[in-house]
Amino acid sequence: MSDLVVRLEVEAPMIAKARKPGHFVILKLGAKGERIPLTISSADTQKGTITLVVQRVGLTSNKLYNMQVGEEITDLLGPLGRATHIENFGTVLCAGGGVGIAPLLPIVEGMKKAGNKVISVLAARSKNLIMLEDEIRRHSDEVVIMTDDGSYGEKGLITVGVEKIIQREKVDLCVTIGPAVMMKFVSLLTKKYDVPTVASLNTIMVDGTGMCGGCRVSVGGKTKFVCVDGPEFDAHQVNFDEMIMRLGTYKEEEQEEMKKLHQK
Amino acid sequence: MTREESAMTKEEQIAALRAQTWREDLRKSRKTKERTDIPRVEMNEQDAEVRSHNHLEVNLGLTAEQARQEAARCLDCANPTCILGCPVEIQIPSFVKNIERGDFLEAARVLKETSALPAVCGRVCPQEKQCEAQCIYTLKLGKPSVAIGHLERFAADYERESGRISVPELAPKNGKKVAVVGSGPAGLSFAGDMAKYGYEVMVFEALHEIGGVLKYGIPEFRLPNSVVDVEIDNLRQMGVQFMTNCIVGRTITIDELKEQGYCGIFVGSGAGLPNFMNIPGENLIHILSSNEYLTRVNLMDAANPESDTPVAMGKCVAVIGGGNTAMDSVRTAKRLGAERAMIVYRRSEEEMPARVEEVKHAKEEGIEFLTLHNPLEYYGDERGRVKQMRLQKMELGQPDDSGRRRPVPIPGAEVVIDVDQVIVSVGVSPNPLIPNSVEGLEISRWGTIVVDDNMRSSIPAIYAGGDIVRGGATVILAMGDGRKAAASMHAQLSGKE
Repeated sequence: MSDLVVRLEVEAPMIAKARKPGHFVILKLGAKGERIPLTISSADTQKGTITLVVQRVGLTSNKLYNMQVGEEITDLLGPLGRATHIENFGTVLCAGGGVGIAPLLPIVEGMKKAGNKVISVLAARSKNLIMLEDEIRRHSDEVVIMTDDGSYGEKGLITVGVEKIIQREKVDLCVTIGPAVMMKFVSLLTKKYDVPTVASLNTIMVDGTGMCGGCRVSVGGKTKFVCVDGPEFDAHQVNFDEMIMRLGTYKEEEQEEMKKLHQK
Repeated sequence: MTREESAMTKEEQIAALRAQTWREDLRKSRKTKERTDIPRVEMNEQDAEVRSHNHLEVNLGLTAEQARQEAARCLDCANPTCILGCPVEIQIPSFVKNIERGDFLEAARVLKETSALPAVCGRVCPQEKQCEAQCIYTLKLGKPSVAIGHLERFAADYERESGRISVPELAPKNGKKVAVVGSGPAGLSFAGDMAKYGYEVMVFEALHEIGGVLKYGIPEFRLPNSVVDVEIDNLRQMGVQFMTNCIVGRTITIDELKEQGYCGIFVGSGAGLPNFMNIPGENLIHILSSNEYLTRVNLMDAANPESDTPVAMGKCVAVIGGGNTAMDSVRTAKRLGAERAMIVYRRSEEEMPARVEEVKHAKEEGIEFLTLHNPLEYYGDERGRVKQMRLQKMELGQPDDSGRRRPVPIPGAEVVIDVDQVIVSVGVSPNPLIPNSVEGLEISRWGTIVVDDNMRSSIPAIYAGGDIVRGGATVILAMGDGRKAAASMHAQLSGKE
């Protein structure tokens, strides 16, 4: 999709049939691969496939980025996590940043089908990183695009676009998916305006089934497991600073691995 | 087991085996005094200093001579109480006497009649609390019991290394399909027995490897994965099929299983959810559950540079808890290069739930024991990595509900210790994933699946066993549940109930 992001269509008929918006999968590449979580972007039950959108940041996402058509993902487990709570809330604002736009798509679609007025705000560093715009448009009443560099849509951070909407009309629910720091600021903003907000968290996981507790976050002062209690939580209760800190747990190890990958 | 034997009561079976001519001759071959005068065998071990830097097995097993001599200690009692101490009711004197007469393969065959995983049980069962606690040497003679566990391991290892692995006798196929949820000890034990009864068995496993806690939990130095794999292979030989990366209730529903013709389902999904203490600082970086730590090292092989999975290798590691999992974690930390590896436990050593052998091994390897200490708080550095823990010193008060003396804080007695990694090993809770995904399943307030005496749940076609029912127990109790569930499901499905 760009020099950073790739869309993978993966054959997984059982998962395609069972998944709902908000669900994620755990995948592993090769016998010595690590297990990483990825939120499902869409599924085709006829073809028996699911779509994953991956931005290359770490070791496994880089390997995924470089995969060729026909290659196999060694292990794929899912669907995991609790599905998004979808009902007719009234007006729903969907705020997606970067690669977070992909898992937002099924929620936009679900919310629209449930009878909501859906306003989507999509944000990225620049134009080439705004993904799935047409698909999002198909299920939204309105789409606002924000780019950091102003190369497309309006120039500015996602919060600028979100705030304009909230000031303009009554929003009953905000759903936000994107980098942790982006969700933190969206959450701070909607809290100010008292707009209920749900954030989909992407943390470090091993098994994805509640076994390891590596994904734990503080929500309302209590420790929760993203894999089985989430991945979606009341954003206003999430301790984003702690989450961002914990995401850095294996920073050094990851850099070492990346060096090795580039040497190969 | 022949058809006549299976029609007998348990007592009749034991008596019939004991009355075999070779057994009688063997009993008469030595005087009782000669047998009881033999000292109990000592397990051969890797040197403590050497082993604390490698991942090879600590226990090296017995030699054939040692095993035969130890087996000769067994008095082949008319009323073998040891069997009552075994959750899967292995014919203990029968396999032990086969070792004494030198028929090691036959000894292994006897083990496999009732145990799907003898090489595993011989290594990780708490025999000192089970069969060996009921041995006549313990009960009446005031001497160390026959080393039943060491002998079990010997027979199972001998068979595996001989390459002449026997496949248990199977009943003719009855054309019925059963599903197993989870491939840990409960599920494997259930699967083995159902295959013997003639069922087509499919085991569904969420992880990418078969074996459950035997693979992700118990470290290589106590239970090598290769040993587990041979036992799993044996089940495959018996026709048991496995599907990895599949969660029943998620990837496939119970209804879909029924549509596919599965007429019985056994849930052995384990106690997946690690407990934390909910104290300040517990979410700092490099504070993790023993489940996460052991899974990274054992299942994901994270200490191997070839593995993509990272694991932090602390220099100063505290493990919170006093169970076997805590011992496994702290000894793993030592092997990964910790200069200081310590157990922090709120009671005294006497109350520790870990096996005596594990505590002994840990001490030999230089593990420090901070008993009567309880964590209060953790402190982090500027990047959120744990750097210190504050501990409350405790003393023992009156006995509590568990019968153990309750630890009480000594007012004002606190200590702060530098650490760079903390592994929390204070128990596990049942994994909610399966219970939550199956409608109508009765769940206790602790999150365990409620079953009757026959391991049957509130849904007639669903049975359950192991930690998802018990909330956190041992490999062998889980296996006993699997065996019991298999017998009752078989009775139900064959209309004998």
